[in-house]
Amino acid sequence: MAEIMYWEAIQRAHDEEMARDPLVICMGEDIGVAGGTYKATKGLYEKYGPLRVIDTPISENSYTGLGIGASFLGVRPIIELMSVNFAWLAMDQMFNSAAKVRYMSGGQLTAPCVFRSAGGAAHQLGAQHSARMEKVFMGIAGLRVVTPSNPRQAYGLLKSAIRCDDPVYINEHELMYNMKGDVPDTEYFHPLEGSEVTRSGTDVTLFGYNISVHWNLKAAEILDKQYGISAEVVDLYSLSPLDREGIRKSVSKTHRAVVVGEEEAPVGVCSEVISVINEECFFELDAAPVRVNSALVPQPYNHTLEKAAIPNAEDVVAAVLKLFGKA
Amino acid sequence: MKLEDKKRVLREMVVHRRFEERCYQAYIERKIGGFLHLYPGQEACCNGVMEAARPGYDYVITGYRDHVHAIKCGADPKEVMAELYGKETGSSKGRGGSMHIFDVKHRFMGGYALVGGPFPLAAGIAKGIQMKGGDEIAICFLGDAANNQGTFHETMNMAALYKLPVLFVCENNLYGIGTAIERSTAVVHQHKRVCGYDMEAAETDGQDIEKVYEAAKVAVNHVRSGKGPYFLELLTYRYRGHSMSDSRGYRTREEEEMWKQRDPIYILRDRLIAEKAMTMADYEAMEKEIDAYIENEVIKFAEESPEPKVEELEKYVFADRESQMPWITGKAA
Repeated sequence: MAEIMYWEAIQRAHDEEMARDPLVICMGEDIGVAGGTYKATKGLYEKYGPLRVIDTPISENSYTGLGIGASFLGVRPIIELMSVNFAWLAMDQMFNSAAKVRYMSGGQLTAPCVFRSAGGAAHQLGAQHSARMEKVFMGIAGLRVVTPSNPRQAYGLLKSAIRCDDPVYINEHELMYNMKGDVPDTEYFHPLEGSEVTRSGTDVTLFGYNISVHWNLKAAEILDKQYGISAEVVDLYSLSPLDREGIRKSVSKTHRAVVVGEEEAPVGVCSEVISVINEECFFELDAAPVRVNSALVPQPYNHTLEKAAIPNAEDVVAAVLKLFGKA
Repeated sequence: MKLEDKKRVLREMVVHRRFEERCYQAYIERKIGGFLHLYPGQEACCNGVMEAARPGYDYVITGYRDHVHAIKCGADPKEVMAELYGKETGSSKGRGGSMHIFDVKHRFMGGYALVGGPFPLAAGIAKGIQMKGGDEIAICFLGDAANNQGTFHETMNMAALYKLPVLFVCENNLYGIGTAIERSTAVVHQHKRVCGYDMEAAETDGQDIEKVYEAAKVAVNHVRSGKGPYFLELLTYRYRGHSMSDSRGYRTREEEEMWKQRDPIYILRDRLIAEKAMTMADYEAMEKEIDAYIENEVIKFAEESPEPKVEELEKYVFADRESQMPWITGKAA
């Protein structure tokens, strides 16, 4: 077990899979000669050459489509969209081609592609470089959506996504590429479905994914130390499909749920998780489940406004206290 | 073209024409639903290009006017008609419909309904060929209006940049849905538009199959010999509306009549008669025989085929789950 950074974990998964299978390729803006904006493809161009590590023009929809077309012939492209904001431009190909081709061809064609992109608000990147779009991807039939909250998941989810015959969208986070964490030294495949109990608790479940798992862990610490509330933290690394059974199990144990995401409400991962709670275990609830989200504003540039728009551990604590009638 | 090939392809074009006309009738009878885009008038385009290529070996992709391209690649007309009827025996098991005919075993990689969507997919298929090292080529048939999408320019750039083995065939039928090309497009002659990407290109008469064939031979040889992509523009005309809801109010009956004087089937038929390779009586007998085939075999098959099972509504959304369990559970061997 070695401690490596999130970007190193992603790079390692690329490297191992490309070394194993000559049909695994990667493509995107600045990923080759420049080594990748977040270093996720560092050194691969030198090792595998321009036919397999493709620096693309800034044409998101068409280079995504090009990768999808190649996947029809059994190529396994890892398509990087530098920022998820640019994925808006590639959604036509992701949704209309990759996600639907298997169904509309009656199972004849499949698009075993991996789409990766950095989402979320970083530091003052402004309205057009701070999007959270996982809510859009997870509503598309035929597309798997996963989102790693640590280096181990970043490595293992990419490994599994490359091998899987279904198209997989991996939602990373701009602020997490330098996060350190343990990753097994031996090859590791993270399950594409399911969820993880990151911290066990008995009084309330804090559901989160990606960066919000870390807010929830911090909140759980505060709740335990300062208020004597035992919070369970569940990491929903698979957004599509959601782990209905994992959600049910945790809520059936704690009987209270707070769902936390950096996305803005309304409409999204959090509202979907609450729907699942209602469908799976409504009568287990001791209180109505609530969500903690970003403000519904285009992400502001100003540092103070930006901070105010995004939730944090204190907001999660406040939501829990309210749930317990302590606020 | 050799005489034998001309006779064979005339027959194929008549099958294509009668197939499409029969679709029209079935649509009126409400046997076919959704949108239906028919090909009559443009038969020499697909047939001429594919005669110069290798149907069933080269990869073909197109838009929503796709029945004839599929059949030309080797799809069974019975399965294509069954697809239009939404039947389980259809080429896409009734899940696709008219705009989504697929026949991957004959390397027909599909009909797609977003205008311009197939451009990058075609380049990607060519990328796949490049990765695997075969001598196949990718052929992308699209209409002129697709060239006003961003994917056209983005893909032409990448296809030329990466020197991909892809042939773009532009069937310029002069209308994008109901808007005349000169009202939507600054440059009417589409082959001129790729010069910005340093791509080889040509334009020819899309009604005369022998002209299409000769131009396509040059194009196919260029692409297959590894010289990179090629753009071939064919000037043609669709007799029917864009789809079935189109009453063609945007063009004159005189214009339609003028184009029908240059019908691709009649041009070839009259040439074969002039060459004494066949008589008008031979042609008429062939037409009758083809109509009987379409009625007694194609339509019969579609009519008598079973519907998909409702229990299988969700089949084909994802790959077979059992086969994916190592990645779904992370318990890879």
